[in-house]
Amino acid sequence: MALLTEFLYQFFFNVLMTLKDVLPIIGIILGFQFFVIRKPIPNFGRVLVGFIYVILGLALFLQGLEQALFPLGRLMAEQLTNPSFIIPNLAEGEEYVVHWPDYFWVYIFAAAIGFSTTIAEPSLLAVAMKASEVSGGTVTLWGLRIAVAIGVAIGIALGTFRIVTGTPLHYYIIAGYIIVVIQTFYAPRSIIPLAYDSGGVTTSTVTVPLVAALGLGLAETVPGRSPLLDGFGLIAFASLFPMMTVMGYAQVGLAIAKYRGKLSESDD
Amino acid sequence: MKQVRAFVQSLLGSIRDLAPIIIVIAFFQLVILRQPIPDLANILAGVALVMLGLTLFVQGLEMGLFPLGENMAYAFARKGSVVWLLVFAFLLGFGTTIAEPALIAVSAEAAEVAATGGVIGTTEEDKKNYANGLRLTVALSVGFAILMGVIRIIKGWPIHYLIIMGYMGVVVMTGFAPEWIVGIAYDSGGVTTSTITVPLVTALGVGLASSIKGRNPMVDGFGLIAFASLTPMIFVMLYGVITS
Repeated sequence: MALLTEFLYQFFFNVLMTLKDVLPIIGIILGFQFFVIRKPIPNFGRVLVGFIYVILGLALFLQGLEQALFPLGRLMAEQLTNPSFIIPNLAEGEEYVVHWPDYFWVYIFAAAIGFSTTIAEPSLLAVAMKASEVSGGTVTLWGLRIAVAIGVAIGIALGTFRIVTGTPLHYYIIAGYIIVVIQTFYAPRSIIPLAYDSGGVTTSTVTVPLVAALGLGLAETVPGRSPLLDGFGLIAFASLFPMMTVMGYAQVGLAIAKYRGKLSESDD
Repeated sequence: MKQVRAFVQSLLGSIRDLAPIIIVIAFFQLVILRQPIPDLANILAGVALVMLGLTLFVQGLEMGLFPLGENMAYAFARKGSVVWLLVFAFLLGFGTTIAEPALIAVSAEAAEVAATGGVIGTTEEDKKNYANGLRLTVALSVGFAILMGVIRIIKGWPIHYLIIMGYMGVVVMTGFAPEWIVGIAYDSGGVTTSTITVPLVTALGVGLASSIKGRNPMVDGFGLIAFASLTPMIFVMLYGVITS
């Protein structure tokens, strides 16, 4: 019984938090609909039901994450970054020097958790649905999501490497920008806006809490790092690399199409 | 019956979406860390909630958020009032960002860093003012970003010139900004776009591009989110320069 009340209380709180997020949007839309457009919203009932689904769905989603995945994910981030796991036969209180290869499992975990949380990210799903609809099938739902997820995986793994080695964040980001700019000139024109967008959509509900825990855990335990200065930056990595992988995805797709075209030409 | 089948199919889709996280966590817990999974029943219940939530969200997306964003775009295009469209774009960006929980958390952390670094006073009042200023800065910059993005769709400008200019802005600001704010600024780009804003803004962009003659929804419709994740970086660093 106590469990149920606690559950309902938590759920109510989540609904309120989601509502707080939605209310400004509803206010702006209704204001414009009534005072500027001055026409009723088409299919108003259906849209309203859809909004209720979105709010309830997000609240349930957050509730489930808080209950199941986040505590475990945070615990694992702590355990994996703990010096006693990194260097197994370390004496209590002994000073140690950081060798970046010692954090091998941290990088693997970072990549795996980046990939898997991105696949479950609702806002990426929304963009992928729109993109596959608009592109008429050249961009597929899973193709885009996997391309973005690989980008996030690389980004977060590299981001944890940066925290371990303590190299300045902006070198990586500026180098990343240069690659994105060069790639822009070679990628098919129709993919570019979508690729740029996929940087921003990857990091929301699922990815940010888990990744932030990993970054903070690392910055706290790696000697010489401060959580305040080095704990940030993983999100920036996670938003940069999907741009490259999504453009790469389109480039590979184009190359395959060309290759197939050549094959069928030689058949004639 | 048909609806039930669609729901079950959607639920199966959610299970597939969630499977990678479960596999990763189980693998690291059991194989690498070699520990049992604590409180398995509770975790399974949580996973069920996540799946149900994701399924409802996707249904609501197709019924509510996508049509709403598109209808707004069509209505503005028919009305032909660019000024009102731009006001709407700005307010949508500003209004959705100012209340964003992730941004509230990040600006509170930033105030903490600034107080520790001696940039601002250490009283609660000082920190609160600083955090609120930062939030306002980011929200204004996202409003400005959506506004610019909509102008781009109307004019049909290629996106990469604007984005490259934005990158240059980021690089130049990095040179001037105090070192401690750089990490926060870079991260602030990613946190501004919430799960509800993204579908709505995407539908708005695609809707606009499909209703304006000569625009292609694929080439011109996307890109609003890209602007919204770029401008906060520049503005937050600017905020750091001005306040210190």
